[in-house]
Amino acid sequence: MEWEIVMGLEVHVELATKTKIFCSCTTEFGGAPNTHCCPVCTGMPGTLPVLNKKVLEYAVKAGLALNCDITRYNKFDRKNYFYPDLPKAYQISQLYLPFARDGHVDLITRSGKEKTVRIHEIHMEEDAGKLIHSAFGDATFPDYNRCGVPLIEIVSEPDFRTSEEVIAYLEKLKTTFEYLGISDCKMQEGSMRADVNLSVRPKGSEEFGTRTEMKNINSFKAIERAIAFESARQIEAIEKGEKIVQETRRWDDNKGKTFAMRSKENAQDYRYFPEPDIPPISIEESTIAEYTAAMPEFAGEKVVRYGEEFGIAKADAEIIAGSKYLAKLFEETVAICNNPKEVRYWIMMQIMYFMNERGVAPEDIKLDPKKFAQFVNIVAADRINKQTGKTVFEAMFFGDDSFDVEAYIKENGLEQVDDSEAIREAVKAIFALNPATVEQYKAGQTKVVGFFVGQVMREMRGKAKPDTVNKVVAEELSKL
Amino acid sequence: MLITKELVEYVAELSRIKLDEQSAEKMEKELGAIVEYMEVLNKLDTDGVEPLSHVFNITNVMREDEVKESYDRADILKNAPERTDETFVVPKTVE
Repeated sequence: MEWEIVMGLEVHVELATKTKIFCSCTTEFGGAPNTHCCPVCTGMPGTLPVLNKKVLEYAVKAGLALNCDITRYNKFDRKNYFYPDLPKAYQISQLYLPFARDGHVDLITRSGKEKTVRIHEIHMEEDAGKLIHSAFGDATFPDYNRCGVPLIEIVSEPDFRTSEEVIAYLEKLKTTFEYLGISDCKMQEGSMRADVNLSVRPKGSEEFGTRTEMKNINSFKAIERAIAFESARQIEAIEKGEKIVQETRRWDDNKGKTFAMRSKENAQDYRYFPEPDIPPISIEESTIAEYTAAMPEFAGEKVVRYGEEFGIAKADAEIIAGSKYLAKLFEETVAICNNPKEVRYWIMMQIMYFMNERGVAPEDIKLDPKKFAQFVNIVAADRINKQTGKTVFEAMFFGDDSFDVEAYIKENGLEQVDDSEAIREAVKAIFALNPATVEQYKAGQTKVVGFFVGQVMREMRGKAKPDTVNKVVAEELSKL
Repeated sequence: MLITKELVEYVAELSRIKLDEQSAEKMEKELGAIVEYMEVLNKLDTDGVEPLSHVFNITNVMREDEVKESYDRADILKNAPERTDETFVVPKTVE
């Protein structure tokens, strides 16, 4: 039988505010255990949580960017659960009136398929602490630095059918939030976390199967593997006549499997009730109008503009605009040197190579657009050729603030030689060194021309201007 | 709402509280009496009354996003029945 996978996502995104959602402790990542804590975020009795203005601003902006209806009058609720990652024994969250509902996200997957995923709701809540378990004794050590860091939870409808769609969605959320400047969405650091609700059903069926929820998935790669594993597990179980149990399963990335969490951890009876400590929130029309007017240009709009304004092909524009940092570098460099084609070339050829092969993350790119533009001008003026350009670009890309493009080219003698006579000398020397190949040419084997050109370039240590080399080699060959 | 022994045991489990037979019976009686006392509220006609989400008629009580110094760790930890120099200590939560 052919099976269809049905998935819905719950994505937690940490908001990049300076302070926690209900107290003034820093949200900085890391820090010695329990040093970013106060009586509010450690749940001491008698404390009063007060909402951070910036959290509401960032949350509403996220809701607008994901085409949601913003709930004009919303409030917080208590989600009760007794587990040491939350010292209050409840999480302040939103159940009855989440701040955003009924949105949608338009996606294009890697294989070019278009898809719209509906957003059910987005709510604000506080993050929990980190639990460190003793390897030996009966002890767990809670660290509450992360406790109270603001989160939004984006709940999708069960609209996903393939892991490719899931990844396109997460990438879209990441770039959108990057452009909004509301989160850095780093899965590895836990600032973006995705829980995948997954069920399977015979293809063509309208009814949903019983779903499981997968937690603890920490990378795009892990998501693909987890979906492949869990869907295969469910299909195999159903084909054997077993029933799928609705449960939460933990993804183990080392073992490549999901495991059912203990039934106690599965007991989901949160006994929600309205949060009495926090007055309701009303959002003014003027605030929504202000945020809407101030929306940044997002990736999709940039792709169109890069095509119209700079003649950049869609596939390249999608890669550049797919990261706020690459887009910024591209735009700022083009603004200085006014040579979008050449800037595109170096981003696509070199920076993408550094990202794919050397693990450079776009947010870590330090390259100064001024230096990049200066470099592009030097290449465009034919002062160095593309091959030498790669060496210079690499040195510039990984160099520190003091790196000087002109000085580097000068010190290393990389400037292109366009001196026909110097090149002619080199051509003659190569002919003299390779009499057999010269004979081959005379016998009509014209493909050896490439060999001569290569040898001359090597002789000139890559600095000769390729056009001139071609021309001079052709001239000298015709004299033979 | 009727407080039964099963309900008391269920709530105890959710709250990770160990109750012996005797305490469970005692809780059942005491909680039963409290809930029964509250039943008086159900006699009121609340049709058409908006649920109250906060006792004061206020909205948007918020603070600026400005970092203030956190507490000294020793102070944060000092009320904990069990602790190390750096963290609280609780019974292990994974097997």
